[in-house]
Amino acid sequence: MSDTAAQGTGRRAWYEPDAKLKRRHAADRRLRAYGVAAILFALAMLMTLVGTILVTAAPAVTQTMVTLEVEVPEGAVNPSDPRGGSYQKILNESVARLFPEVDTPRELRELRQLFSNGGQYALRDKVVADTSLIGRTFDITFPLSDIGDQLHKGVIGRDLPSDQRRVSDEQIGWYDRLVEQGRISAPLNWGLIFNADSRFPELAGLWGALVGSFYALLICFLVSFPVGIAAAVYLEEFAPKNRFTDLIEVNINNLAAVPSIVFGLLGLAVFLNFFGMPRSAPIVGGLVLSLMTLPTIIIATRAALKAVPPSIREAAIGVGASRMQTVGHHVLPLAMPGILTGTIIGLAQALGETAPLLLIGMNAFITAAPDSMFNPSTALPTQIYIWADSPERGFTSRTSAAIIVLLGFLVCMNAIAIYMRKRFERRWS
Amino acid sequence: MTTLDTTEASGMIMNKTAEEAGALAKAVSTAKAGHETKIAASKVSVFYGDKQALFDVSIDIPARQVMAFIGPSGCGKSTFLRCINRMNDTIDNCSVKGTIEIDGANIYDPKIDPVLLRARVGMVFQKPNPFPKSIYDNIAYGPRIHGVAKAGSAMDEIVERSLQRAALWNEVKDRLDQPGTGLSGGQQQRLCIARAIAVNPDIILMDEPCSALDPIATAKVEELIDELRAQYTIVIVTHSMQQAARVSQKAAFFHLGNLIEVDETDKMFTNPSDQRTQDYITGRFG
Amino acid sequence: MSVTLLFAIVLALAFVGYLLGRANASGLKAAGNSLHSIPPYHGYFVALWCGLPAFLLVFIWQAAQSTVVDQLLLASLPPHLTEGMTPARVSLMLGEIKNVAAGRMFGTPDQAIIDAAARYQSLQNTASLAMVVCTLAAAVAGIAFARSRLSPEFRARNRVDGILRWLLIVCSILAILTTLGIILSLVIESWAFFSRVPVAEFLFGLNWSPQTPIRADQVASTGAFGAVPVFWGTIFISVIAMLVALPVGLFSAIYLVEYADKRVRSVVKPLLEILAGIPTIVYGFFAVLTVAPFIREFGMSLGLSVASNSALAAGGVMGIMIIPFISSFSDDAITAVPQSMRDGAYALGATKAETIRQVLLPAALPGIVGGVLLAVSRAIGETMIVVMAAGLTATLTVNPLEGVTTVTVQIVTLLIGDTEFDSPKTLAAFGLGLVLFISTLALNILALQVVKRYRERYE
Repeated sequence: MSDTAAQGTGRRAWYEPDAKLKRRHAADRRLRAYGVAAILFALAMLMTLVGTILVTAAPAVTQTMVTLEVEVPEGAVNPSDPRGGSYQKILNESVARLFPEVDTPRELRELRQLFSNGGQYALRDKVVADTSLIGRTFDITFPLSDIGDQLHKGVIGRDLPSDQRRVSDEQIGWYDRLVEQGRISAPLNWGLIFNADSRFPELAGLWGALVGSFYALLICFLVSFPVGIAAAVYLEEFAPKNRFTDLIEVNINNLAAVPSIVFGLLGLAVFLNFFGMPRSAPIVGGLVLSLMTLPTIIIATRAALKAVPPSIREAAIGVGASRMQTVGHHVLPLAMPGILTGTIIGLAQALGETAPLLLIGMNAFITAAPDSMFNPSTALPTQIYIWADSPERGFTSRTSAAIIVLLGFLVCMNAIAIYMRKRFERRWS
Repeated sequence: MTTLDTTEASGMIMNKTAEEAGALAKAVSTAKAGHETKIAASKVSVFYGDKQALFDVSIDIPARQVMAFIGPSGCGKSTFLRCINRMNDTIDNCSVKGTIEIDGANIYDPKIDPVLLRARVGMVFQKPNPFPKSIYDNIAYGPRIHGVAKAGSAMDEIVERSLQRAALWNEVKDRLDQPGTGLSGGQQQRLCIARAIAVNPDIILMDEPCSALDPIATAKVEELIDELRAQYTIVIVTHSMQQAARVSQKAAFFHLGNLIEVDETDKMFTNPSDQRTQDYITGRFG
Repeated sequence: MSVTLLFAIVLALAFVGYLLGRANASGLKAAGNSLHSIPPYHGYFVALWCGLPAFLLVFIWQAAQSTVVDQLLLASLPPHLTEGMTPARVSLMLGEIKNVAAGRMFGTPDQAIIDAAARYQSLQNTASLAMVVCTLAAAVAGIAFARSRLSPEFRARNRVDGILRWLLIVCSILAILTTLGIILSLVIESWAFFSRVPVAEFLFGLNWSPQTPIRADQVASTGAFGAVPVFWGTIFISVIAMLVALPVGLFSAIYLVEYADKRVRSVVKPLLEILAGIPTIVYGFFAVLTVAPFIREFGMSLGLSVASNSALAAGGVMGIMIIPFISSFSDDAITAVPQSMRDGAYALGATKAETIRQVLLPAALPGIVGGVLLAVSRAIGETMIVVMAAGLTATLTVNPLEGVTTVTVQIVTLLIGDTEFDSPKTLAAFGLGLVLFISTLALNILALQVVKRYRERYE
């Protein structure tokens, strides 16, 4: 009825929108659209990042292997010193037997390029483990070289003109012969995890980096966890409000935002140069990381301590506990889930940290896992850096695969942190 | 329910200048000696998620009077107040059933734009909430967004008139460019009232407007409410029965989400018809 | 004996000390005394006196041993080996001696070196043995001393609390020590650098080419350490990053706080935070693998020449990394604006956009500005993305399609590989580090101040 009234007088009812209001609502919808676009952009970038890493990592899931029949002649290896044999020559001979028509040195060199340099070591290890193999003929399985691997996975296109691809027509022919003879297989690439680093992508693995990262994180945890809790407990429970305490607090807040590379400079100048600690060693990496993680843990611990209501402290002090006992027996255990959550998140950050480790030399090329935390080593992120910088095609997919391993660890650590937060979170009423 | 000519008159008010509108409103009110119904709510229920906060409230609120909502805390009086300008829309998972008609138009009709509704139904909150802007900009904000006036003398005029009506002009006229947050609590609340008036609404909702104020500031605001009644329909939620008695002509008593009783304020305080009302105003609970 | 084993032994001794102390106290109690503290506290007291001095000794010993041994070794060298040598040569020779001692020989070393290696070996052995003996002696002496203090009236609990309290204080001072360590190491090394290259030259010079071998006396005249192009590159890439991150972060925060319903928010917010949890090395690889080639191809198709390490690729990817920073800071700042401000605006009939633009954003501005300042500091200090995706040559350009270099890239390239601590090349990295530290510190302090003042306003 109001409608008719409004129309009857030729005026709008108060609730009928005019052009101005339409413009205002259009502006509202625009802002909303910007928001949606921004979020979609960010999420699209996240998808692209994860997607490209997954896609480029896919070829590294398997490793192309070749199975050759080798004969280890009696004289070629000394049974009492099997490590000293000339295994490359033995392999070369068995390759030559497979392709008798190949005879020019140039062709032989190209033929050998198909097989990994690691073949001789695989053969050596097999013979060393079982010296009765000497003088017999047996099968040995080892990786194809990078180009063979890429050829198998179709990364190197056969359709390209031969001068534009890294494999010659002959090499493709030989590879096809190997396939016909059923000598090529592509099992899961366990070497990626359990091998140490190598110049050859088909042999390179993350084991050294994993061990190095483990040691570094262990040190980081052993130092930053107790020290961080102690510092937080002091600041939150004991420290008087004075200038000195303020200074410590300002320091902690600022340290949390100091660029990581500055901690690397600190490690280089203080730990390596001044204290003469070993270069590239996980212990130094761990110490640098623990200095970086400390503020995170202190801040998380203080938040967890703050969340424990004062009534708990009063209750404990009321029955005659000292303040130290109150903290040790009541406040800390109650705050522990929050502290652990913060610690895990801090350690996850430390695991992905690269720049400071580069400066203390944890990007060295080391082909064996470290025996202890004092030996030179790489860490997971620095290994990724080394591989990403390597020109061989095979390293591209291995870099992506290594990133997935790293991300996998981070996801697990964060999942544990989230689970603990959900599981043990206590709501004080 | 509502008479046609009131609606028409209101429709016209929107398109006239404020003076004319005031004159017209007075004319209408004098023409209609009795107080016609401004807001008519029927069977209003409010749900927060699964929890029902208001049960089938039906009430008619007369124009150009002060209606007070009283009741113990959590009784739903504020919830109902916020239904009248659809402020509950801004709360997640809050849903409203039933109809509220203002001048015969159901404000919960999908056709109704809450933006226009709120321009017509102003609101003053429990705690003074001036924007962190200058006093001038606080008042000018509403007229500016609604395009009532652009900057310049027209706006200056609106600001001055609104502040005068809110009885604040003399206190702040020399410092209009200073932040509104720098005023005292009572001044801030009157600033918020002035801010609501500046948009030229018909109805002003007040949600315990004096609960954060000291007695002197409260007296000033109450005085102001009494003056504003000549031009605006005012609905006020209050905890204080003395305040309800002082400022309102009609009162509604809410209890546990139900509307128990609506009556002339004088009658309700002297001779309530419901036992619960009796208990509340004699201080037995609340 | 390895340090780890020594630690284990000291720990075991401390445990023995605990048992002894507790047994002592229990004995006193059994004899009819009334104890001030319960027996375990006597045990803790003895254990702390056993463990703490011993551990402290090990740490100091470890820190000092290599320096002391080096000095002893140098003093024992025949004079013809050390006479007139620069410190660099001396440290090189020390390295050689240590290599020989460790069994890593390159060629045939001088007989004097081989002798020195043997001496080094024996010095090391003596030092390690001495450390073990001293540590164990300290541990046992600690037990003996602490036990002698035990008595029925002994306030073991208060003493233990006091010791623990000091431990806590020492731990919190570590934060100051870290800052001090950073400042000292940066300042000392930079001092050495600025004694060779004038400060003005470094801060205002336009030519940066530290990799070219320069004789020390030529440095100033060639002006190869003028860091302005490096600073410019850092600023340029940070600006590009902020151009990406600021609108995206701000708009997504606005949407998530004011428009999105709870379910969308609870899904999208953690997804955005994933972006913050991805290590920067991954972003670097992403930039090299995907973004840089894409920009290059795209530019080529438009007929533009794009460097493979363009500032746009590095800055853009860094911007993606910073999005969650901006969005979560803006999110917090907008959420922190009291609901009454929204109510006030809505009650006047403002639309959401009007409320956001004219009320919420102005009110939240200090918080957002604080977040942006922190994000800029993050961008300036970010290392791996630029190390992998930005250039190495310092160019003064405003073309985002060209490559520029940054402070962090230069620090890494100058220090990677073998580092001698007295070439201007190495020291230049510390000069850059000092500039980086000061500028990020200033930004952080400024940001914290802005945020703090903002919080105070609404609390």
